[in-house]
Amino acid sequence: MDYFIELLFAGLTRGSIYALIALGYTMVYGIIGLINFAHGEIYMIGAFTSFIVATVLSIYGFPLLAIVIIAAVAAAVWSSAYGFTVEKLAYRPLRKAPRLAPLISAIGMSIFLQNYVLLAQTSDFLPFPELIPEFAFMEPVAHIVGSSDMVILVTTAIVMIALTCLIKFTKIGKAMRATAQDKTMAVLVGVNVDRVISATFIIGSALAAIGGLLIASHIGQINFYIGFLAGIKAFTAAVLGGIGSIPGAVLGSLVLGLTESFATGYISSDYEDVFAFSLLVLILIFKPSGLLGKTETKKV
Amino acid sequence: MLELRNVNAAYGNIQVLHNIDLEIHKGEIITLIGANGAGKSTTLMAISGIVPVRSGKILFEGKNISKVSPEKLVSMGISQVPEGRHIFPELTVMENLDMGAFLRNDAKGIKDDLDYVFSLFPILADRKSQDGGTLSGGEQQMLAMSRALMARPKLMLLDEPSMGLAPLIIKQIFEIVKRINKEHNTTIFLVEQNANQALHVADRGYVIENGVITISDSAENLLKNQDIQKAYLGI
Repeated sequence: MDYFIELLFAGLTRGSIYALIALGYTMVYGIIGLINFAHGEIYMIGAFTSFIVATVLSIYGFPLLAIVIIAAVAAAVWSSAYGFTVEKLAYRPLRKAPRLAPLISAIGMSIFLQNYVLLAQTSDFLPFPELIPEFAFMEPVAHIVGSSDMVILVTTAIVMIALTCLIKFTKIGKAMRATAQDKTMAVLVGVNVDRVISATFIIGSALAAIGGLLIASHIGQINFYIGFLAGIKAFTAAVLGGIGSIPGAVLGSLVLGLTESFATGYISSDYEDVFAFSLLVLILIFKPSGLLGKTETKKV
Repeated sequence: MLELRNVNAAYGNIQVLHNIDLEIHKGEIITLIGANGAGKSTTLMAISGIVPVRSGKILFEGKNISKVSPEKLVSMGISQVPEGRHIFPELTVMENLDMGAFLRNDAKGIKDDLDYVFSLFPILADRKSQDGGTLSGGEQQMLAMSRALMARPKLMLLDEPSMGLAPLIIKQIFEIVKRINKEHNTTIFLVEQNANQALHVADRGYVIENGVITISDSAENLLKNQDIQKAYLGI
């Protein structure tokens, strides 16, 4: 039973991280109908930024909590700047082009950012400082749930609640939903759609950056290539849940995380990715719109 | 209040509007009638800044607005109720109305206007927390008009409000159009295929054919005009 619970928590942790990244995919898709393939790289840049900030701060002997908070904020801001710029440079000029054009532009941006970090930083794996300590109060359950798992779960939950409130109750949240549902009408009531799109990229990038910090400190190493697999997995999760749907992205991520965790735990870790992507294939065959996605109906 | 001078507009290479001239005075209800594809909706979209104006001028309260961004136009006082209503389907009725007041910050004024639209359409108050997409066609039309009113427009552009609605509802909608014009002091530019109804509420009318304004006269005269009767009134 302990083993089951251990796997359960490992799966939820994994799923939470996927969710932080998947939200960026799904929000961008919801608003401009683009799969932003450079999103995984934004997450990777978040991990690198927090790595650099945390390393520098720990040299100066900052307390751990301060390091975590400053690194998270710095990563979120820096990644948002990247997300904002990528949209402005690579997608906005193609707003009226056929759908394939921005998609290819996104793949180009992804490859560019990977290689940029490779050249600017290094191709080696870098040891990521352990930002999350082992809490004393977690001692009794430490063999089942690690402290960092707990921190990831709680942080993700807080971020999700904040995001839900933002989308549901704020002016920009309403404008985002309105724009996603009917862009022309949003313009006609006075929404500046460009600004809403920028805001979407900024929010999605900040979430991915926080995911980057959490996972890097959990796993303990990073390199320029981590964005690729994480991005593909999170994208899978977003499709699984129904791309364009925010609760769908969270549900899809948790399902994916749990599937991987149980498959690894009970069968073999060699098949982790096989299970993840088999799940995707099955969902696409039997429910192409995803778990919570709506079938697209074009009204006359 | 609004004046179009020699306006040409095109979608890509296909020119839709040819040298459109028309004028709307403050407080009027003006209708633009014409067949499907004549350029009625394009005229409204050009005024709202969605379809770019190739040449010519659109003057609103004396200012040329042909290059002004759509969101700026809303804050200047031009709101459109587009063809097909364009309700945000997954926003509630209340949220749809909030979106109408998107650019406003005067909480008191917004509250007053909300009370006003609920007095025009009490049914919307009952359906406040329902998703816009679940409303019937008539209710959606009411919501679309209310949403436009929430911007407190000086000029309301109404595109085919009668489309797809039952005769009884159409009658009700046109009654309300008149009320909005009188009580709320809103100038109305009404585009309709249903020429008969439109001419009965309007002060003056324009007829558009293939992107060209062919006739302009008082609504009364247009109703008596034999060509109009044959072409648009089915008499």
